[in-house]
Amino acid sequence: MNRTIRKLFSNASSLVGIVLLIIFIIIAVFAPIIAPPLSDDPYQVPRMSWNVNPQAPGFIMSDNIREVYDYMGKNVKQDRAICGTTEGGYDIFYGLIWGTRTAFKIGLITVIISAFIGVFIGSISAYFGGWIDEIIMRITDIFLSFPFLVAAMVLTTILGRGLDKVMISLITFGWMGYARLIRGSILAAKEETYVMAAKALGVKDIKIIGKHLLPNTIFPVMVQVTMNIGSMVITAATLSFLGVGAPVGYADWGQMVSFARNWIIGSPGHAGQYWYVVFYPGIFIVLFVLSWNLIGDTLRDILDPRLRGEL
Amino acid sequence: MLSYIIRRLLLLPIILLGVTFLIFCVFSLLSPMQRLATYVHDPGSLKSAQSIERLIDKYHLDDPFPFGYINWFKRILHFDLGWSQAANQPVWEAICQRFPATLELVLYSIIPVVLVGIWLGVISAVHHNDMLDQTIRVAAVIGWSLPTFIFGLFVLFIFYGILGWLPPCRLSPWAQDLVYTSNNFRSYTHLVTIDALLNGNIPIFWDALRHLIAPIITLSYVEWAGLLRITRSSMLETLRKDYVRTARAKGVDEHTVIHLHAERNALIPVITIAGMLIIWMLGGVVITETIFTYPGVGFWMASAAQQLDYGSVISFALLFATLMVMGNLVVDVSYALIDPRVRLE
Repeated sequence: MNRTIRKLFSNASSLVGIVLLIIFIIIAVFAPIIAPPLSDDPYQVPRMSWNVNPQAPGFIMSDNIREVYDYMGKNVKQDRAICGTTEGGYDIFYGLIWGTRTAFKIGLITVIISAFIGVFIGSISAYFGGWIDEIIMRITDIFLSFPFLVAAMVLTTILGRGLDKVMISLITFGWMGYARLIRGSILAAKEETYVMAAKALGVKDIKIIGKHLLPNTIFPVMVQVTMNIGSMVITAATLSFLGVGAPVGYADWGQMVSFARNWIIGSPGHAGQYWYVVFYPGIFIVLFVLSWNLIGDTLRDILDPRLRGEL
Repeated sequence: MLSYIIRRLLLLPIILLGVTFLIFCVFSLLSPMQRLATYVHDPGSLKSAQSIERLIDKYHLDDPFPFGYINWFKRILHFDLGWSQAANQPVWEAICQRFPATLELVLYSIIPVVLVGIWLGVISAVHHNDMLDQTIRVAAVIGWSLPTFIFGLFVLFIFYGILGWLPPCRLSPWAQDLVYTSNNFRSYTHLVTIDALLNGNIPIFWDALRHLIAPIITLSYVEWAGLLRITRSSMLETLRKDYVRTARAKGVDEHTVIHLHAERNALIPVITIAGMLIIWMLGGVVITETIFTYPGVGFWMASAAQQLDYGSVISFALLFATLMVMGNLVVDVSYALIDPRVRLE
C-alpha cells in the first residue's frame, strides 16, 4: 500500500493528476464562496442578460436583470461575467464552479454504487458457481449487448430529464464491468488453501466472501473505479450535450458545451467570435477527466504484475 | 472449432431474446397512453377518450406484462416498430433510409483507427520509455480523456469555422439535387462515395468525401487512443518472450524481429479489441452525426430523444443492440479462427 502511494507521488504524470484533482476538490468545497448563489437552488445558473447571444468575458449584468434580483431582495455581489455568458445569458464562470460539484456528484455516486452492485453480483456468481453463475453471467451478457451511451440515452429519455435520472441510467448499465472483473479474480482465489481452510472450519459463505475473498481480490476493482469516474462524467456530459441530461440552466459542464453548439462557428467574417462558450467548459471537462485517468493509468501500471518493476 | 461456433450460434437467440425482454421492461416504464403515441401517426385520432381506449385495446397496451411482451415481440418480428414523429414516417422505413449514411461513416473510420492505432502502438512499445514513447502515451491519455463532443466541436471550428474546408451535412446542396432528385444518378449501394464512382461522377465523389473527412476524424480519434494502449502493452509483453530473444541472439535484424516475429503474435489480442472498438463506435456515431448534422441514424436518434419520440428511441436500442450482438459474434469467431488456444477454453 505504502509502495503504491509512494509510486503515485513519484511518477510525474500521476503527480499532475493528483495536483489537478486537489484543485478541483478545493473549487467544489469552496463553491459558495467563489461564486455566491443568487437563487435558492445554488445549482441554478444565474442569468446576466436576457439576450440570446453569448456575451464576451467581462460583461456586466444588464440593468433589467439587476432590477429583478433587487426586487427579490438578493444582494448581487458578483455582477461581472468573468468568463462571459453562454447562450441565453447564463453566467459561464458560475456554471464552471458549481458544475465541479455536479461532476464530483455524478462521478463518485454512479461509480461507487455501480461498483458495489457489480462486486456483489460478481462475487455471488463466482463463489457459488454452477447454474447460478451461468444465469447471472448470461444476464450480464444481455446488459453488455447495448452500446453504453445508447443504453444510457434511451433509459434517460424514457425516465425523463434530470440529473437523478441520468445517474440511474448510468448505474443501470454501468455495473457489468465490475461484476466480470471480480468474478475472474474470485474464481482464481476460491481455490486457494485459506478458503478451503475457512470452509472446513464451517465459516459461513457470506463471511468467507466478505472477510477472506473480497479483501484479496478488490484491488483491480479499485483501479477500474478510478479509471471509470472520468468516463462516467464524460457520458453524463454527453447526455446533457445531446439534450437529454440535466435540465436547462442547471450547472453542468456538458450542458454549457451544448449551448455552444450554435455559436462555435461564429458569425460570418468573425470566426471564433464566441470562443469562450466552448473553451472554458471544455477545458474543465478535459482536465477533470484527465486527472482521474492519469492517476488510474499509473495505478494500473503499478498494480499490473506483468509490468511490475518496469516503471 | 465447429462445436465452438455452434455453441456461440446457439447462444445468439437466447441473448437476443433477453435483449428484447430488457428493452420491453424499459418500454413498460411508460404509461399505456405514452406508448400509444408511438403507434399513432395522426394526432387527430386521439381526440376522444373512446378512440384512445379502443386504440389501447387494439395494440394490447393495457395487457398484463407477459401478454404485452408477446404482442410487442410479434410486431417486432414483422418489423412493425411504430411511427416516428421525429422523422414523420414509419420507424423501420426511417432506419432503412438513414442507415447507409451511418454505415459509410463507420466503414471509412475503421481505416484510420486500425492503421494509426496499431502503428503508433508498435512504435511506442519498440521505443519503450523513450521520449517518443512518453509523448505517444501522453497523447493517448489526453485522447482518452477528451470527450468526443468537445473534440468534434473543435474540428468543426477549425476546419469549417476558420478554414472553411470541410462543411457539415452529407452533401452540398447542388450535389444533393443531383443525387436525390435528378434521374441522372443511380443509387446502387446508397453509399454516396461508392455510388459516385460507379456512376463515374468524380465531382460528387469529392464532395461526399469532403463532407466525410471531419466526422471521420472525430469518430476515430478517441478510438486510436484505446487501440494504441492495447497494442503497446501486448507488444511489450511479446518483445520480452524467449523466442524474440532467440531471434535477436541469432543476429536477425531488428526490423525483421519486430515486424515479422513479434508483431504477428502481439496483434492477436489486438484484433479482438479492434473489433470491440468498432462496435463501440456505434455510440460515438450519435455524437459525431449530431455535431456535423450528418443525416444518419445517430443524428435522427438524438433529435428523436429530444422530441421524446419514444417509439424511435426504443427501436434504436433494439437496432444497436442487435448490431452489437452480431458484431461480438463475428469478433469471437474470428478470434477463435486465428488463435487456437481460445477454442480449448
